[in-house]
This record gives sequence, C-alpha cells and structure tokens, in this order.
Amino acid sequence: MEQADPSSQRSLQPAPLEPLGGPGAVVEASVSEETAGAGREGSGVDMMTENTFWLKKIEISVSEAEKRTGRNAVNMQETYTAYLIETRSVEHTDGQSVLTDSLWRRYSEFELLRNYLLVYYPHVVVPPLPEKRAEFVWHKLSADNMDPDFVERRRIGLENFLLRVASHPILCRDKIFYLFLTQEGNWKETVNETGFQLKADSRLKALNATFRVKNPDKRFTELKHYSDELQSVISHLLRVRARVADRLYGVYKVHGNYGRVFSEWSAIEKEMGDGLQSAGHHMDVYASSIDDILEDEEHYADQLKEYLFYAEALRAVCRKHELMQYDLETAAQDLASKKQQCEELATGTVRTFSLKGMTTKLFGQETAEQREARIKVLEEQINEGEQQLKSKNLEGREFVKNAWADIERFKEQKNQDLKEALISYAIMQISMCKKGIQVWTNAKECFSKM
Amino acid sequence: MAGGPPKALPSTGPHSLRDMPHPLAGSSSEEAVGGDSTPSPDLLMARSFGDKDLILPNGGTPAGTSSPASSSSLLNRLQLDDDIDGETRDLFVTVDDPKKHVCTMETYITYRVTTKVGPFICYGDQASLELTEPPHLPLPEKFVVKGVVDRFSEEFVETRRKALDKFLKRITDHPVLSFNEHFNVFLTAKDLNAYKKQGIALLTRVGESVKHVTGGYKLRSRPLEFAAIGEYLDTFALKLGTIDRIAQRIIKEEIEYLVELREYGPVYSTWSALEGELAEPLEGVSACIGNCSTALEELTDDMTEDFLPVLREYILYSDSMKSVLKKRDQVQAEYEAKLEAVALRKEDRPKVPADVEKCQDRMECFNADLKADMERWQNNKRQDFRQLLMGLADKNIQYYEKCLMAWESIIPLLQEKQEPK
Repeated sequence: MEQADPSSQRSLQPAPLEPLGGPGAVVEASVSEETAGAGREGSGVDMMTENTFWLKKIEISVSEAEKRTGRNAVNMQETYTAYLIETRSVEHTDGQSVLTDSLWRRYSEFELLRNYLLVYYPHVVVPPLPEKRAEFVWHKLSADNMDPDFVERRRIGLENFLLRVASHPILCRDKIFYLFLTQEGNWKETVNETGFQLKADSRLKALNATFRVKNPDKRFTELKHYSDELQSVISHLLRVRARVADRLYGVYKVHGNYGRVFSEWSAIEKEMGDGLQSAGHHMDVYASSIDDILEDEEHYADQLKEYLFYAEALRAVCRKHELMQYDLETAAQDLASKKQQCEELATGTVRTFSLKGMTTKLFGQETAEQREARIKVLEEQINEGEQQLKSKNLEGREFVKNAWADIERFKEQKNQDLKEALISYAIMQISMCKKGIQVWTNAKECFSKM
Repeated sequence: MAGGPPKALPSTGPHSLRDMPHPLAGSSSEEAVGGDSTPSPDLLMARSFGDKDLILPNGGTPAGTSSPASSSSLLNRLQLDDDIDGETRDLFVTVDDPKKHVCTMETYITYRVTTKVGPFICYGDQASLELTEPPHLPLPEKFVVKGVVDRFSEEFVETRRKALDKFLKRITDHPVLSFNEHFNVFLTAKDLNAYKKQGIALLTRVGESVKHVTGGYKLRSRPLEFAAIGEYLDTFALKLGTIDRIAQRIIKEEIEYLVELREYGPVYSTWSALEGELAEPLEGVSACIGNCSTALEELTDDMTEDFLPVLREYILYSDSMKSVLKKRDQVQAEYEAKLEAVALRKEDRPKVPADVEKCQDRMECFNADLKADMERWQNNKRQDFRQLLMGLADKNIQYYEKCLMAWESIIPLLQEKQEPK
C-alpha cells in the first residue's frame, strides 16, 4: 500500500452488499488479487473458496478534507477537520465504477472504529491510524494539526487505514466497519450500543498479567521483544532522518546565496559577466530543488511511521495472550487449591492454613453435617471450575492459533511493504543525485564560458 | 620603462564617471560598494532557532581550518604568462624546508629560500612598489585561526610554504619587482635564521623607504581610469569576501549534514539485526549511506583544501593591487606638488627643472606599468576563476556521481526475492 500514490483506488472483491444481521455479522467483502500485502497463505480464514460468489468490487477512498466548526460534547465551539469517504462499486465486466456511498468522518470517529476492532478482534494485528499529532518534525514542517500539509498526509494515512482494514480477511467482514463506510448518522450510537468499551480489558489487568504470567507461549514472548525493539529502532531512525533532512535543507539553501553574489559580481565584470550571471541562476535552481525532494521523503517517513505504530498493535496481541494465559493459570491454580481443600476436609488432615481450621481450633470442632455441606459446595465449585478451565484452555488455544496465523500474514505484509518503501527511497535518492549532477553540469558550462 | 622624452600629461581632472568609459567593465559601474546590504528573504534561512543573516555569518573567521592550497595551476599560469611576454628569466626562487622554532617569547616557523641566479642585471633603485606581505612573520594577519589545533599545524605550515613560494615567485616573475634592491638583499642574505628580525626590518624598511620617498604629498584627484580601477578592486574584493563566507558556511552545513548521516546509516544496521527477510536490504541501505558519507567528506575536504585558499589568495592579491594604486597616487601627488612649486617660482618658467621632469617620467612610467599590470592581472583573474569555479562544479558533480552509483547498485539487492526464513 504505497503512500506514493495517494489517489490510487484499491480494489476489493466484495460480495453483493446484503443487509446484515446483528452485531457480529459480517460484510461480504474480501481480499482482491491486486491488493498488496494481504498474504493469504497464513490467513486463518480461507477466502479463496468464496471468490465465486463475488460479483462486484469495491473501491474506497478518502478523497477530501475540510475544515469545520461545530459544537463538541461539552457544547463548546471547536474547529476540526472532516474527511470525505467515498465507496464505489466496480462492475466486473466493464470496469466502470459507481459511487455507492459517500459520507464525512472526523478523526475521532476513526479512533472509535479502531478501538472497537481492537476489542472485538484481539487476535488480529489491527492496522494503525496515522499519528494524532505531528511528531518527528524538522524545522520546516509544521507541528500544527491544522497545517494543510499535515492534513493532506493524514488524509492519505486514513485512506490507507481503511484499505488495510478492507483487505484484511477477517476485519473486512465486520458490520460496524461496513456501517462506518455507509451510515453517516447514528453510527457512533450503534458502535457504543455494542458495549465494546465494557468488554475491553483494563490496562491494570493487562499489566498485572504481564508481570505474573508463568508460562506464556514462547513465540509471543519473542514477538513482544521484537516489537519493542522494532519500535525503538524505527523511532530512532525517524528522529535522525528528520535531522538529516534539516541539514540537507540547509546545505541546499545556502547555495542560493551564490546566485545573488554571482549576479552582483557579474555587474562589474566585462567578459566574465554572462557566465557568472547564468551560473548564478543555476545555483538558485539548485537551492529551490530541495523543497520537492524533502516533500517526497516525507512519504517515506510516513511509511516507516505506519510500521512504528504497527509495532504497538503487535504488542497488543501479545498482551492479550499473556492475559488469557494468566487467566488460565489463575483458574487452574484456583481449582487446584479447591481440590486440595476438599481433600483435606474429606480426610480430616489440615495441611494448609485456613480460617475455618483456626476457628475450629478455637471455638470447637464443626459437626459432621457442616463438614459434609462444605465438601458438597466445594465439589460443585470444583466441577464448575473444571468446566471453566476446559473452556478457557480451548479459548486460549484457539486464540494462539488464530493470532499466530494473523501474525504470519502480518509478517509477509510487513516484509513486502518495507522492501517497497526502501526501493522507493533509493529511487528518490537516485533522482536527487541526478538532479544534482544536472545542475552542477549546467553551472560548469556557464563557468567555462567566463 | 626607462625615461624617454617627456610626454604630455594625460588629461585628468574632475570628469563625470559616466562620461568616461570604464576600462574594465562593460556595464555601468553604478554597483554600490555596499552591495551586501539587502539580502533577499527567500535565500536566507529564517530558522526558528535564530540563524543569522547568511550573507554575514559569524565575523570573518573561517569556520573550518586551513589546509594546504593546491594552487600549482596558478603558479603555472603566472610563469607561462611571463614567458609569453618574452622576459628573460634569470632568477629562480623556491621556498621549502619549514622549521619550527620555539623561543621563550614566541614560537615561529622559518622557511628556506633558495635562489638560482643567472647573469644579473640591476636596473637601479626601483623601490616604488611596496611589498605587502612580510613573509617572515609566523602568522599572516588575514589568516588568524582562532585556537590553532595542533594536528593541523603541519598542513597550515604547508599552506604557508606554498603561499610564500608563490609570493616570491610572483615577485621574481614581475618585470619590475624582481630587480628590486631590497628584494635582492632579502634573497642573498646568508643565514635567514640569524637575520630573522632583520628580515622583518628589511621589509619594513622597504615600506618605510617607499613612504619616505613619496610620503607627505596629497593627491587632489585620481584620474578617472585609475579611480575606476580602484572602485573595481574594492567591489571585487568585497564580492570575493562574500563568496568566501558563503563557501565557509556551505562547508559548515555539509559537515553538520555529514555528522547526522554518520548516525543515520548505522541505525539501518541495527534494524537489520532484528529482521529476517529484510536483513540484507536494510544492511545494504546502511552501507550505501556510509558510502555517501565518505563521498561527502571528500567533497568538504576538497572545498577546504582547494577552493577556499585560492579564493583568499585572490583577496590578498587584489589588496596588493590596491596598494600599488595608492602608491601611484603618491607619485602623481609628488609630481603635481613639485610642478606647482615650480609654477610659483617665476624665474624658472621657460624651462622645466630636471627633478620635476624626473618626477613626471616616474609618474608616467608608473601609470603605464600599472595599466599593464592591471591588464595582466585581469587576464590571470579570468583564467584563474574560470578554472576555480569549474573545479568547484566538478567536485560537486563527482560527489553526486559517487552517491548515484552507490544507490543504483543496491536497487537489485532490494528487489531480490529473499528466501523466506
């Protein structure tokens, strides 16, 4: 999904858009052959068999950005940017596209969509949104969210996000996502009605699990480590790149001064005048060429940023595994201790400390009936516990299987995308070198005529 | 050069600049001397962290440090020119063998001056040109490098050696200067070390003697053509100074760019260590950036070693021409004063006294020499700058070509289908 071609419209192979059932029902959309980076080999869901049912393709684009003012939740005036999302269905036979839906969304709604997806698909590496605030800026770039360049790059990033979701074999089927594209009004309420916020795992719980889990799947531990390192190295790269851009800007711009002084100098010269004057012009051209060069490089930076944020999504999946695993371990431990209690009661030996044991000692033995009652309760609890443990185990294994499948898909996508990003970066550098050679060759010719 | 029959004085007097064709430039010489005053905003870097006006960065001190000048081409040019003029050269001078001397009061460096003298004809006292640069002082005024770093002192000594060598060769080649009595004394003194202080005194004496001879006379007005030369030289030196500062600034920026690049490249290597399929492509990018860094370093070295010194030479060169112009003024002033004195003494009116005639001769000689010198200087300047600036362009082209090659060579590596790990 190159950012270099922002207006390109990715094709999907969807189904006819049928009316949908309740939450959890899926949009019949799927990955098309043409979309890059959507590896299907490792995908948990086999889409190929359903291809025969697709009649149309869908194209999604975020085509415009507009400044708006409105009232926010606390009834205060605020300015925000709204983005126009257009969905087109493409006739397979003649390739013509027909606009089926078009609506405006703001950034916060994208965030809402993503948070929903994170909760409902914890085993999926959910595509990230473009950054909320401009980071890694060098001096020429504005850190202002309202700056037109920032808005433009964000528009591209948001389109990229939608395309990533739409081409994901699992996420593309989500109803809320479908409604995001098609139902302007009331969408927020619909999302909130799913109650996803309540289902979200608390941060504290997750943190606790990370520290106390005993036996997580090694692959996830390694993956978490990898995503930490990836995040660190890409951050570093982006920071230094911004400084490099700054310095390069300086080098080029100072050459513009040559243009002026050559021009002034040429005024006092007889034969040398023309050569100097025209050489000066080339220096001006050189100095101004850097603006476009660095603008192109920002696209490269954006591609790196996407994967910086993807690292966070990877970590989220790992955390979910740790949470589930910890949950499982706790349940198992709980069950084990209950079984032990039961055994102690049955045999009369007290190996572990219990309050009941203490009070019994202090206040006298309990009766046989009381003991029987307690054993019965425990046995029920143990039964329940065993059921729960079984289902948790199953859940855990399902999760690991599905998550790992998506992670494999993600790895393929990442490798391909980043390779393409590096190639386009190299091409940018080559173009910059060629321009440099051209300008200095021209200047040299002017000097030779002095 | 020798005195001939007295010629009529060239017409001088207050003519409007515009009436007189400028001997040196085709366009009008309305260019103000203060041409650096209004920088165009889009060429300046209006940085938020307070970079100053690029035209006038931090004083005149060079941001970098001096390095040997490879101005042999300049030397060749000079020598070639004089051969074309048909002068018989019988004096050859070289400057070498730099030695460092540490004394209680000062540390200085001496150089050995070697001369090869053929049949020597002395034209008598021609002490009319001031030697501007006393070669024996440890550091030239214009080149004070604040806090000379020790490791550069060797290169600096070499720079000086080359400059001195050139300077003396220039005098040697000069049709008039080479016969200067004081210059000859300078060359023939047996032990330069012993005469070090005397050496300074010698040259100071030269300067003094010049002042003595021509001092004390005020010139009323400089003839147009010489005024034009003076103005040209002023503006020229100013523009060169600006170019020098710009070049220094560019080098400074390039060095800072280089510093960042040297951090940037290795981060790709670090990343490569984390990856499987991407390891080779990332490592390739890292190496590529490394190659570009090296190319950039070579560019900045070249600029510092080859470009800046020659530029600065020319500033000094034009300064020395300005001094000659001043001396010319003195000579003319002396003549005019004497003439005036004679005009007041009525009894000598029918014939012009001998010493006034001599003065007139001297003045006319001087003027003719100066004009010839100026023409030669202009020719040299044109060729030198053509070569210098073409060299500048070349260095930049080479830099970009090296980078281009580096990046083009990794494209196949990036596109290669890797074995999935």
